[in-house]
Amino acid sequence: MNLTRIYERAALCRAFEEECVRRIESKDITVPCYLSVGQEYIPATISVWLEDQGITDRQIFIQHRGHSQYLCFGGDLDALVLELLGDPRGCANGMGGSASIQSVSANIIGHDGMLGSQIPIAVGMCYANHKPTICFAGDAAMEEDYALAALGWAATHKLPILFIVEDNGLSILTEKKVRRSWDIVAVARGFGMDARNISDNPKELYQILYPVKLWPSLINVSTTRLLWHTGAGCDDSNAFDRHQEVSNQISPSTVYAIETKLRCEQKVKEAWTKHCGT
Amino acid sequence: MDKTLRHVICQTTAQHLNMGHLVAGQCLRAVGNVGNTVPERDDLTELPCSDVAGAYFVVGMALAGKRPMLILRYQGFSWFAASAIVNYAAKSKEIWGRPCPMLIRAISNEGGIGPVAGSSHHSLFLRMPGVKIFSPMTPNEWKSAYDEFMSGDDVVFLSEHRGAWGNDKDLKPKTQDEYPDIVLFPISITRFAVREATDEIFWRTVIHDIYRIKSFSPSEKAIEDLKLSRFGGIVIDDDYPDGTAKALALDLHNLTGAKMHVLGLEDRTAGFSTQTDNLPPNTEKIKSFIRSIITV
Repeated sequence: MNLTRIYERAALCRAFEEECVRRIESKDITVPCYLSVGQEYIPATISVWLEDQGITDRQIFIQHRGHSQYLCFGGDLDALVLELLGDPRGCANGMGGSASIQSVSANIIGHDGMLGSQIPIAVGMCYANHKPTICFAGDAAMEEDYALAALGWAATHKLPILFIVEDNGLSILTEKKVRRSWDIVAVARGFGMDARNISDNPKELYQILYPVKLWPSLINVSTTRLLWHTGAGCDDSNAFDRHQEVSNQISPSTVYAIETKLRCEQKVKEAWTKHCGT
Repeated sequence: MDKTLRHVICQTTAQHLNMGHLVAGQCLRAVGNVGNTVPERDDLTELPCSDVAGAYFVVGMALAGKRPMLILRYQGFSWFAASAIVNYAAKSKEIWGRPCPMLIRAISNEGGIGPVAGSSHHSLFLRMPGVKIFSPMTPNEWKSAYDEFMSGDDVVFLSEHRGAWGNDKDLKPKTQDEYPDIVLFPISITRFAVREATDEIFWRTVIHDIYRIKSFSPSEKAIEDLKLSRFGGIVIDDDYPDGTAKALALDLHNLTGAKMHVLGLEDRTAGFSTQTDNLPPNTEKIKSFIRSIITV
């Protein structure tokens, strides 16, 4: 496993989201923004793993809080900036805002805003074309009745689909333990698919990813949403930050980590400056 | 004998499968293959009895380019499927530039079938952008709607009615040379009852059927007849009138200035029993309604 590649990908996502925070505060961004700060290592790790497997003809389904997924799986940076500005040249014609981004060229399929609807749509598309499919969803989205039915149908037809649950334990601010008593991993296993719980530690996550021949499968990844559900606010500045942890551990040195951070910030700033000014 | 609507649907569906497209629905092989409108084949996609998820599965199939047909064996089940149809499939092309062409066969029926499964529900979809709505009652109309679906990349909703599946004839507009007393615009199964009703009354009535509900575009002759009519027009529907009927009546009024009326289901829930059922306007009811307008 090449942690450096994962780190660089996550660093770009972090730089993008931090620039979004600034742009929200300066009111350059006026659409509701669902930032993925704290959750970057899930798509960063899975996208690198997928490339390492040599799987290029795949389809990716995302939902709101999907900026990092979009960037990690090859979505165009400029098109995302334009989308957040409501520009018709954006990745969703300026209509999708932050929640409904997509990329035709990267085969990232957009989300309509109905919580969890991407899950049965992903299953239907996978049923139709049998392409390796990765479907991201939050822990709350997995509670939708149609999401559970979709797991069942994927299992019934043994579809090549991997469900990734980004489990930050929150639906806006309502904790998972308040919402339900059951565990999605147990549910998925009940449907007959391989499933497990894991943290968003990239080394661990990379190691346990199931080969495609074992799909359908589900991985529930515990993670931390560092900012508000919508917008740039922060409730707990001392919350665990995976990116900080990896930055402190990354080889060859902390100098490399700092250089990577600066390089990503420069790239992101250039894109924003080009379309929106400083 | 000409081919019935049932035969044309079944034959076209078989061709659809032969082209590698998908046909999906619940219980497709049960109870006579959806009234023999679906061919007996192994490549039908049996959806689980998860109505909401099932419609979303078909959206995914459409994104994969399989031009799926989604068969809703009771049109009342459209309420479950509506979110997938109008929130995703119908918006996909506009928001993302990804066409999501799917054909929905939503099947109505009437009579002792209770509060959910009876009548038409096409008004559900009328208010939303990105979906075409047809109510085909003849073989040629159904084939025409299907051909339009196959030649474009839109979401097409067919408001079918089991009562029409045995029909093998075109339903042509009923017109006359004299100024009409009243112009009738029937939709769905009411088109048959309207013809019986007008055969039995002596007022000068003309009929201009509504087969394309959205985007509705009345013929020039219909507009002319309505402008010349003494008592305006009536839109008659198999749905509750506070929907399609009133919306199209307003369109017709705006085009012609004619006074418009609507007739549809009664404003109450249908029960299973004969006494509590809520049926579409029948011949007697249509005659009575016409009489009430003209004699006023």
